[in-house]
Amino acid sequence: MEFFNANLPYLLSGISVGGQYALIAIGYTMVYGILRLINFAHGDVFMVAGLMMVYLSTAVPIYAAIPLVIVLTVLLGFVIEKVAYQPLRTAPRMSVMISAIGVSYLLQNLALYITGGLNQNYPALPWISDTITVFGAATKRVTVITPFLTIALVVVLVLLINHTKIGMAMRAVSRDFETSQLMGIKINRVISVTFVIGSFLAAVGSMLYFSNYPGVTPTVGAMPGLKAFVAAVFGGIGSVPGAVIGAFLIGICENIIKALDTILMQLGVIQSGLGLATFSDAFTFVLLIVVLVAKPTGLFGEKATDKV
Amino acid sequence: MEAKRNHTVLITAFCLLILFALAVVLQTLIPASSSWSMLLTVLQKGAVYALVAVSMNLLNGFTGLFSLGQAGFMLLGAYIYAVLTIPVADRAGVYQYYDGGLIQFSLPWPLALVLAGLGAAVIAYLIGLPVLRLRSDYLAIATLGFAEILRAICQWDKLGPITNGSNILRDYPRFSAMSAGSISLSTLAPVVIASICILFIVLLINSSYGRAFKAIREDEVAAEAMGINLFRHKQLAFCISSFFAGIGGAMYAMFSGSVQAALFRSSMTYELLLIVVIGGIGSVTGSVLASFLYIACSEWWLRGLDSGSFLGIEAPGIFRSGFRLVVFSVIIMIFVLFFRRGIMGNRELPDLFRRRPKSGKEASK
Repeated sequence: MEFFNANLPYLLSGISVGGQYALIAIGYTMVYGILRLINFAHGDVFMVAGLMMVYLSTAVPIYAAIPLVIVLTVLLGFVIEKVAYQPLRTAPRMSVMISAIGVSYLLQNLALYITGGLNQNYPALPWISDTITVFGAATKRVTVITPFLTIALVVVLVLLINHTKIGMAMRAVSRDFETSQLMGIKINRVISVTFVIGSFLAAVGSMLYFSNYPGVTPTVGAMPGLKAFVAAVFGGIGSVPGAVIGAFLIGICENIIKALDTILMQLGVIQSGLGLATFSDAFTFVLLIVVLVAKPTGLFGEKATDKV
Repeated sequence: MEAKRNHTVLITAFCLLILFALAVVLQTLIPASSSWSMLLTVLQKGAVYALVAVSMNLLNGFTGLFSLGQAGFMLLGAYIYAVLTIPVADRAGVYQYYDGGLIQFSLPWPLALVLAGLGAAVIAYLIGLPVLRLRSDYLAIATLGFAEILRAICQWDKLGPITNGSNILRDYPRFSAMSAGSISLSTLAPVVIASICILFIVLLINSSYGRAFKAIREDEVAAEAMGINLFRHKQLAFCISSFFAGIGGAMYAMFSGSVQAALFRSSMTYELLLIVVIGGIGSVTGSVLASFLYIACSEWWLRGLDSGSFLGIEAPGIFRSGFRLVVFSVIIMIFVLFFRRGIMGNRELPDLFRRRPKSGKEASK
């Protein structure tokens, strides 16, 4: 019990980070499901949402800033799709991916220019940034809120995908791009909606994420972005529940590895610290490679057959 | 056919000779204090980037493997080179946090350079075993992931006696210290090494292996049906590309004078990828040209965008630190969206000197 209490904060922050990754991962998995595109810029959209909050909160009251950030982020995702991906719809897939990398590069450099590369302090959001105690461990309320909010959003999203007309269109497009076009589905509209949903969730995710990590820097989006993508692959790309499970798993494992030195020392396995925390990021990629080699379709992915 | 070949060899040799002569003459003529000395930096750094960009093009452009691991292999090359060549006398200073480090010998730099390449190739072989079986976009993510893992390993505290942890490595032989008699070779050396390596890659591309690579790029299934062993050829391309990326990394270390794992982030790979795209995916000449252009812009021509005045326009409010990179990324996006074939498309240097066919065939392509 003592062991449990000592390590509870790691578990809590793992679950919380996992929820935040999940919100980003959904954006990846939906876009990949429909366009077969790894949207490298998604992590940077997340970062830009963080920066917008930093700047908007100084200009308008925080209650106005929150919806404004969400609207602007959604707009950003929408514009990126229209400008950078739509013209390349008939181009080879590699070109679209390169375009995504280009957008990511552009967003990072813009952020670097505007912030001057300095760490921008994220404003404390009302209520969710308050400190509370859970089982004797002091933490921010956001840590506890995140998993519930994430799951609620995911449930809504799954309902949307399974029970509305636009959701049906999304499923059709991800199954077969050309046939659904022939059936009268307006592809561009469906893709836009996908990007809007993805960006909305990224904006919410950024608020939760940055409430825990106080600083926003231009490159802060890259790592969570990649991890969220790995989560999406782990759960089976195209599957929303899969991405969420993958994200929670990655968040928890990552935080356990960060604490592994102390845990192992408590258990008496090792005498001195091994510095294993260096590998908390690398672990994600080890997981990715293991998954890709052992079960390339992920946990809930559908088996794809290659036609010649 | 024979005549065409001779023509190609002549043009290539001629261009290389001009480049070498330029490197020597400029080195002796330009005083270090003049603003033209940036030209030397451009030649040195451009040569390094050219080699790495061409090695990336070998994978992405000629074999059709979308790999994003280049920064990782550069990191390996740079570390192997630096670790092996720091003079024994200087090790105590460099490894001050690790009691002078574990390795107590140092190799001559040409040997270390080759070992840097070999080390990267061996690791590439091991990484390739699981990764090269993946489909295109998964391959990109997996190689990107391996590059991050390599970076984490190099920064690991427990390997500190070898890699110096997350501290910098320095005091190894550099380009700027190289000279023959009184003539400084600090520009000629990188240009010559890069030329030799790129020449080797060009010969490889024009060999039967190169044709197999291109066949794989065009259609994997068809290539396999023609009797090409897919996995073996992919593995070969991956290892050779990594070999030269390793050498490129070592050259980067020799150019910059210090190595730190934090330098080799994935943004470096993106930068290289964008160079390859600007040059034209599938053109060695394009990659080389784009590298020099890119370095010239970022180190020299567009410097003013960062420091307040550009082309005589004074606007310190807009032209402040970081603006250059924004302009850069916009240019790159324009290339990606509107000039997808890049500067050269898939043409090479000799094609430029050949007379165009009179009919509009080329233009309409």
